[in-house]
Amino acid sequence: MPVSMAPAGVEYIRFLPEIILIAAGTLLMVLDVILRKQSPHIYGHISILALGAAMAAAVYANSSPGPAFSGMLIADGFATFFLVLVTGVGILTVLSSYRFLQREGAAPGEYHALLLFSIVGQCVMVSASELIMIFIGLEISSIASYVLAGYLRDDKRANEAALKYFLLGSFATAFFLYGVAVVYGMTGSTYLAAIRTAMGDGPTASAPVFIGVALALMFVGLAFKVSGAPFQIWAPDVYQGAPTPVSAFLTTGPKAAAFAIFLRIFMTAFEPIARDWYPLVWASALLSMTIGNFAALTQSNIKRLLGYSSIAHAGYVLVALAARSHEGTAAVMFYLAAYAFMNIGAFAVVSHLSGKGERFLSVDDFAGLGVRQPGTAALLSIFLLSLIGVPLTGGFFGKFYIFKAALDSHLVWLTVLGLLNSAVAAYYYLRILVVMYMREPSEATAGLEPLSLGLRAALIIPAVGTLFLGIFPAWVLDFAGKSSVLVR
Amino acid sequence: MNLLDLVLALPLIGFLVLLLVPRAAESAIRALALGFSLVIFAASLGLAFGYETIRPGQQFVTDIVWVVSPNIHYHVSLDGLSLWLVILTTLLTPICILISWKSIQSRGKEFFAFLLLLEFGLTGVFAAHDLFLFYVFWEVSLVPMYFLIGIWGHDRRIYAAVKFFLYTFAASVLMLTAIIYVYNRAHTFNYSDILAMLASGRLEFTSSQQMCLFLAFFVAFAVKVPIFPLHTWLPDAHVEAPTAGSVMLASVMLKMGTYGLARFCLPMFPAAARACAPWIVVLAIVGILYGALVAMVQPNMKKLVAYSSVSHLGFVVLGIFSFTQIGMDGAVYQMLNHGISTGALFVLVGYLYERRHSLVIADYGGVAAAAPWLSTVFMITMLASIGLPTLNNFVGEFLVLQGSAQANFTWTVFASIGVILSACYMLWLYQRVFYGETPDEVRHRIFDLKPREWAAILPLIAMMVWMGMYSQSFLPAVRKTTARILEQTQVNVPIRVQAPVAPAEVVAHAR
Repeated sequence: MPVSMAPAGVEYIRFLPEIILIAAGTLLMVLDVILRKQSPHIYGHISILALGAAMAAAVYANSSPGPAFSGMLIADGFATFFLVLVTGVGILTVLSSYRFLQREGAAPGEYHALLLFSIVGQCVMVSASELIMIFIGLEISSIASYVLAGYLRDDKRANEAALKYFLLGSFATAFFLYGVAVVYGMTGSTYLAAIRTAMGDGPTASAPVFIGVALALMFVGLAFKVSGAPFQIWAPDVYQGAPTPVSAFLTTGPKAAAFAIFLRIFMTAFEPIARDWYPLVWASALLSMTIGNFAALTQSNIKRLLGYSSIAHAGYVLVALAARSHEGTAAVMFYLAAYAFMNIGAFAVVSHLSGKGERFLSVDDFAGLGVRQPGTAALLSIFLLSLIGVPLTGGFFGKFYIFKAALDSHLVWLTVLGLLNSAVAAYYYLRILVVMYMREPSEATAGLEPLSLGLRAALIIPAVGTLFLGIFPAWVLDFAGKSSVLVR
Repeated sequence: MNLLDLVLALPLIGFLVLLLVPRAAESAIRALALGFSLVIFAASLGLAFGYETIRPGQQFVTDIVWVVSPNIHYHVSLDGLSLWLVILTTLLTPICILISWKSIQSRGKEFFAFLLLLEFGLTGVFAAHDLFLFYVFWEVSLVPMYFLIGIWGHDRRIYAAVKFFLYTFAASVLMLTAIIYVYNRAHTFNYSDILAMLASGRLEFTSSQQMCLFLAFFVAFAVKVPIFPLHTWLPDAHVEAPTAGSVMLASVMLKMGTYGLARFCLPMFPAAARACAPWIVVLAIVGILYGALVAMVQPNMKKLVAYSSVSHLGFVVLGIFSFTQIGMDGAVYQMLNHGISTGALFVLVGYLYERRHSLVIADYGGVAAAAPWLSTVFMITMLASIGLPTLNNFVGEFLVLQGSAQANFTWTVFASIGVILSACYMLWLYQRVFYGETPDEVRHRIFDLKPREWAAILPLIAMMVWMGMYSQSFLPAVRKTTARILEQTQVNVPIRVQAPVAPAEVVAHAR
């Protein structure tokens, strides 16, 4: 790769989203010291502004696509899609956090700063085209996430979640880094495009063992990050223990970014040997779906249930990855967008209902929500139906595209098993609907406060998004389809 | 935008309007729902008048691109098979609203909104001419019914609702796989195009592919029909559902299955359908006899009617898989008949329940003395259901039996036993409920039909007589379409069944 002297102006524009977020995050930390306990909402407002600006900057950067900083980063449709996705997830997370932070009496300054830094990491991940850059992004994102998971210091479960997440997470990134090292040793480059070229010919072809090792190591690291089986053990504990808005964030933002680099690495660098790695993904997909869905069947804690469901959904996305086609890539992108909407929405309802100290987290606590707050219940129904995959919701089209891509690549068995899995999944989502509409009101719903403004927005935006993706999927899918071709 | 689009759009608009009406305005909600359903019914009558019987093929076609890639269209149309089913749906919805007028005490707003959403889904299922759109409506109709059973049902409603949803959802997921597979091969969801490609040989499935695809579709439909042994969700769902739910379920939703068999399974996979026909017919006959025998021993009226549905739907399946013109006509006609007469039975059982608050047959007796008109109406409905000549079921059952006799006389012998059994359990039911001693509870509580109740049941009685006396109003349109379906199953066989199985043998075997 040619090394240019100073980066040109346009390269800064391509890096603008990250710059905005870093500046805002730093600003928040300074403000935290100055303002102390005054005006707690200001941090959220600034975060939303910054995230909105970053989203706009990402869209703007896409008008002058190309590499930046010696080709370590790239601004293309694929990156833009994920930048918009992770910043959007950030905005929804902030919206659902206002009331939560107030209720739990948690300090808002650091919380929002950490959130922004975590998103910076994800932005770097999705626009990186070089392994070291990917690794740096991964680390920035993860370390901030570890702290966020344990943000409620006095909560035992949150502490356990953070510790578990940290220990296993760093272990997994180490695996990933080993993989990077081996790849570098084999191919002499950390640039994805260069690795791809080297894969096709030369010395690497003659040393399949090392490539296999590198591939396996990186797969372990990435599968951990997306909570794909058999590296999913941490996920339910973390999603259950973390503060609810953070769980919503962790299941969508970092996961989407991790899938983005999964796609970049496996569909670019390792694309020439796709025939060799796809059985791995195939098995992981099937395991994730099956373990996630069957474990979720017996859960009584709603956050844990959604945690297992999140593993299952990672499995569906892996199905599209196993299809190893552009169509599959587009399906991954669409599904992640749909999943972000529906899952954040569902978690926002959980956060609303759980009350101070998150006391009400059992599925039974939803009893009578349909009578007490029909509006909230109706919105949650939309999210749950979307998670089941009922038509006219984003979740349905997401699944449809995934399994269509899989069938196109002749993965008939995986498709059949995956779809049967989604029928199993219907049971536990329906259980929530049953409790919500068909049981007498519980203690939790009886004393329910009205929806706060932030939560209202954090519910209505995803609901509109879910229905929009379910009725007019073409816009997002077209963009995803065009960008999927860029990953190569 | 033609009349069919209007008939499709109005229930959805009604659903959204009802959601916006404040909860407290209960009578306004009911009136609005009834108004919407009546307008929809009137519009759908326009479809019947505008339908040109002599012209085969699709009418009232609207074809608009919905999603460009994959190529999904909003493509709806009607033919002789779907026309009457759409009208059956639009006829029963106002009746369901009328019978729920008083009996739905809580959350009326959601109840009537869900009924309209259900109407939207069901009409869409019958009108869709794009495989993907069909699947969308198929699933959409599931959701309101799930809520209708689960929220307003009887004691074991939750179990019944979840069982109903999971059975149908799990089975239809296989159909989705098959639909995607067909799309990946044909690159279109347009049903006419797919059939044309199959006929011209541009799209071919090997016999094992065809068998897998056929079974994937078949299971989804068989659960819905329901064909023995996939029927176990039905008694639960019917018994636990509120009256309006039972009516829609029995009269229209079950027809989704038989409609699917006739519409998709036969024309798309004729060789597989013919190969499986003997087995399916056996299941159908088992269903006829089993349903009737189980109905006979039921202590619960609603369960009795539910099992009688299993029995009656067996005739429909028998007619479809007889692969004869007459059998097929009879099957389609029997779908409509069953919709009318079983719908009416559920309505009447609902009337009894509203008065006596019990579904157990032993709690009744001598109702004829207390409520003569109710008894008369029940008598007519029951006789229609048994298949008395001059009433509707007779025509359908006769045609089915004649068709099956053309195909294989043994089938007819066994199936006819079902007719006799249906007379047994129905008459016995009537005897136990309406004659004999009149207990005090019955005497005090059971009063005769009120004007609103008359309004709900009279149209059904009128239809029973009309359809029994003058089937020519309905059958010509049906015949054109069934003839076409049969033609498609004939045309495709020699082209697509290749060397290993001789086509002539297959045909002879099915006969």
